[in-house]
Amino acid sequence: MNRWQFFRKLAPLLALMVLVLSACGRSDLSTLRPQGPVAEEQFGLMKLAISIMLIVIVVVFAISFYVIIRFRRRPGDKTIPKQVEGNHKLEIIWTVIPIILLIILGVPTIQSVFNLSKDHTKDPEAVKVVVTAHQYWWEFEYPELGIKTAQELVIPKGKTISIEAKSADVVHSFWIPSLAGKVDANPGANENIMYFSAPKEGVYLGKCAELCGPSHGLMDFKVKSVDEASFDRWTAALQAPVALPSDPAIKEAFVSKCLTCHAVGDQGGPAFPNLTGIGSRETVGGILVNTDDPEYSNEGSTYDNLHRWIEDPQAVKPGTLMPQVELTPQELDGISKYLSELTLDYEQ
Amino acid sequence: MAHGHAVKRYSGLMDWLTTVDHKKIGILYLIAGGFFFLVGGLEALLIRIQLWKPLNDFVSADTYNELLTMHGTTMIFLAAMPVIFALMNAIVPLQIGARDVAYPFVNAIGFWTFFFGAVLLNVSWFTGSVPDGGWTAYAPFSGTTFNGDHGFDYYVLGLQIAGIGTLVGGINFLVTIINMRAPGMTFMRMPMFTWSVFITSALILFAFPALTVGLAALMFDRVFDANFFDPSGGGNAVLWEHIFWIFGHPEVYILILPAFGVISEVVSTFSRKRLFGYSSMVFATILIGFLGFMVWAHHMFTTGLGPVANGLFSIATMLIAVPTGIKIFNWLFTLWGGSITFTAANLFAVGFIPTFVMGGVTGVMLAAAPADFQYHDSYFVVAHFHYVIVGGLVLGLFAGLHYWWPKMFGRMLNEGLAKLTFWTFFIGFHLTFFVQHFLGLMGMPRRIWTYLDGLGFNEMNLISTIGALLMGLGTIFFLLNVVITAFKPKNAANDPWEDGRTLEWTIPSPAPEYNFKQTPLVRGYDAYWKEKMDGHTEMTPAEPIGSIHMPSPSILPLFMAIGLFITGLGLMYSHGEWGKIAGIEAGFVVGGIGLIITFACMIIRSLIDDHGFHIEPEELQDKGVKA
Repeated sequence: MNRWQFFRKLAPLLALMVLVLSACGRSDLSTLRPQGPVAEEQFGLMKLAISIMLIVIVVVFAISFYVIIRFRRRPGDKTIPKQVEGNHKLEIIWTVIPIILLIILGVPTIQSVFNLSKDHTKDPEAVKVVVTAHQYWWEFEYPELGIKTAQELVIPKGKTISIEAKSADVVHSFWIPSLAGKVDANPGANENIMYFSAPKEGVYLGKCAELCGPSHGLMDFKVKSVDEASFDRWTAALQAPVALPSDPAIKEAFVSKCLTCHAVGDQGGPAFPNLTGIGSRETVGGILVNTDDPEYSNEGSTYDNLHRWIEDPQAVKPGTLMPQVELTPQELDGISKYLSELTLDYEQ
Repeated sequence: MAHGHAVKRYSGLMDWLTTVDHKKIGILYLIAGGFFFLVGGLEALLIRIQLWKPLNDFVSADTYNELLTMHGTTMIFLAAMPVIFALMNAIVPLQIGARDVAYPFVNAIGFWTFFFGAVLLNVSWFTGSVPDGGWTAYAPFSGTTFNGDHGFDYYVLGLQIAGIGTLVGGINFLVTIINMRAPGMTFMRMPMFTWSVFITSALILFAFPALTVGLAALMFDRVFDANFFDPSGGGNAVLWEHIFWIFGHPEVYILILPAFGVISEVVSTFSRKRLFGYSSMVFATILIGFLGFMVWAHHMFTTGLGPVANGLFSIATMLIAVPTGIKIFNWLFTLWGGSITFTAANLFAVGFIPTFVMGGVTGVMLAAAPADFQYHDSYFVVAHFHYVIVGGLVLGLFAGLHYWWPKMFGRMLNEGLAKLTFWTFFIGFHLTFFVQHFLGLMGMPRRIWTYLDGLGFNEMNLISTIGALLMGLGTIFFLLNVVITAFKPKNAANDPWEDGRTLEWTIPSPAPEYNFKQTPLVRGYDAYWKEKMDGHTEMTPAEPIGSIHMPSPSILPLFMAIGLFITGLGLMYSHGEWGKIAGIEAGFVVGGIGLIITFACMIIRSLIDDHGFHIEPEELQDKGVKA
């Protein structure tokens, strides 16, 4: 019976280990597959910690299994074991060894704490971004470039990105697992800084990591790393004038019903996500993935996604401040089409 | 008869409503805590059903946030704490050779305020405005600007009232353990469970006032339009995080230390060996309690406290691993060389040790602040704290309940069914939470209503849900066992495990009303075991048989708690919801009436002397608590 218990305990653990080691997650999302120096430094510390902890676990498990099997009471055994009060030598060993292990972990921890808190907000080489979290979207302002965008943080590859994070409402947390870890976006004066860089081009997934309301889990964003020339084209394109819809009826509806809150180019209001270049973003609303080859229910063409989002925002993101705007079917189609074609041509 | 005055004795329901007997109060705590454990467990199952597949819409996003908030709050405050208090009440006075706690009346107040606070919090489900910002209630999301309904009013007032119960309970046990030990029971002869309860009570004394202050401030924000935490009115949101975690971190040690105590007792009894390194165990427990107050900011590494604070709190947190490690190895070496029998209680205890270590090592990993920038608020944290709270505390509580069940109820739980409980719960637990470490590392944030498809989260979430169902099954087996056992004859022996080492096993199961006919004389650590080894069958009495002074039952504690309940409810609805009475908000009027009830009870208690009654020697028979 007890031998069986031993295997019963071990078998699912082993099965899980196999399963788990085969899946370290997506390279654009997992902390286990870091894509930049900051996440690599954090992963290095994680690996060190995991190794030390595995040693501890192996020792404890080994002793546990040994005593469980070796010192079982045989049936009818009435003997009284020796009543040991303690053992100074042993007790010193298991006090000192953990202290040594903790020093091995503690020294690089402290180094890394200071290294990762470096302030790049005055660094002339760094690209400064002010991140403002809103229920449930992200605003990215590049103060030195005078531009503002939403949901998609476009960065030049290899450059240090200096983040200043704050919130316009409740506490959020700005997390890019594959690049940088996270920092809270606090309301009020408690602004936070963070930095990271992405040496490789690509799109990385970002998430909100602090419960902020019903759509907290849907408050995704993207970090898009492009080469420097593309980045320059992007910043220029973002500041270029934007043509409004050519159909006068659609234009009228767009100006009166959308631009009261949103902005395109130099027109419209600043309070809600800037729509300039929305047609070339990876997603609509952070979670409806734009693709011509939809596989999952949250994927579709840019047009379909925009249509779905504008038609009923609450169905996509419960609790979003975007209202269900009264639009005729023609206006809905026209605005979706216009926005899906509102692209920025900056990638080569 | 030589009674001072008429003996007030009730039977049936009135007996339970008026009791000041620590054993009955323990049972009340167990029933209430067990009930809320089921409620919280049901909430957990709904959460896991929602997450079993991507983009599921089994519950709405709003409901999901309510479920996760109430699951956390219920499990910590309304399930774990009362079941701990159940064991404290049922066992500690017996272990120190006392006839009751120091303040039996206050003990009853403690239970009833906890109970009505808990009920008030759960009334929210029926009024439709349920707290939905997590058990941590981070401001300003928990304030009126972003949470205009009454959800967090229930949280603030419910927990405030329940917190009174915990605080007075903690004080009561401090006084009891300091003052009411039997002759010869020095501090360094106290059983380990009593020691852990002693330290836990000290932590309660220092930690709960922080919660009280925090909740009061949030109450002012919500009910009286103050501005402690809302930055839009000049408050500071981070302030709440500090206040909450200055309470919140010691709270996790308040939870786990009694489990450590239970494990020490169970492992020692069922390996027929003295606890290895008793004095270092005591020292380690004190050290953990002390360090527990120095580490709260490790919950706030991403809040932006700066590198100096993050570095200091990282190191302080890591230090806790040292005394905890001492405890782990002391348990293992208690088993080493022992004669171990695997009763269900011991299965839980032995299962606890490696499981708790797994939760402990992830705790040290989380302590490294830079790495925590990745772990923080991800499923890795969810896995970690469930390993220490479920894999640690709940396994410990199950061990304790199976171990002391005969002492509390006079009946042995069915061993076969109890072992089935262990295996389903234990395997289900690891299935549920082991994979969650990896979900977190792979980028899944915690507290999310749903997740997108194609992120690689699907399989592990499914496994986790299956595990949760298995844990539910384990709980059902336990309930079944309790019900079946209740119909069995009450025939447990004084020392049903035959290897009992401490004083509670020297008296009948269940213990008579007065616990000890004669206060025992304690001649060493493991007092009963020492007598057994010296060839005695019972303790040497420290006093001749005489009349025993008992406290009178009283209905006042119940009414005091009801008064507070009414006050809480009234305060919440003081913004015009109930109209006005004579120009004053009806809510405030109702709240005032509640306070009058409570104060009236306090005045009655203060002005009318009640000297209790005596049980005379000729009445002393070994009759136990009815349950």
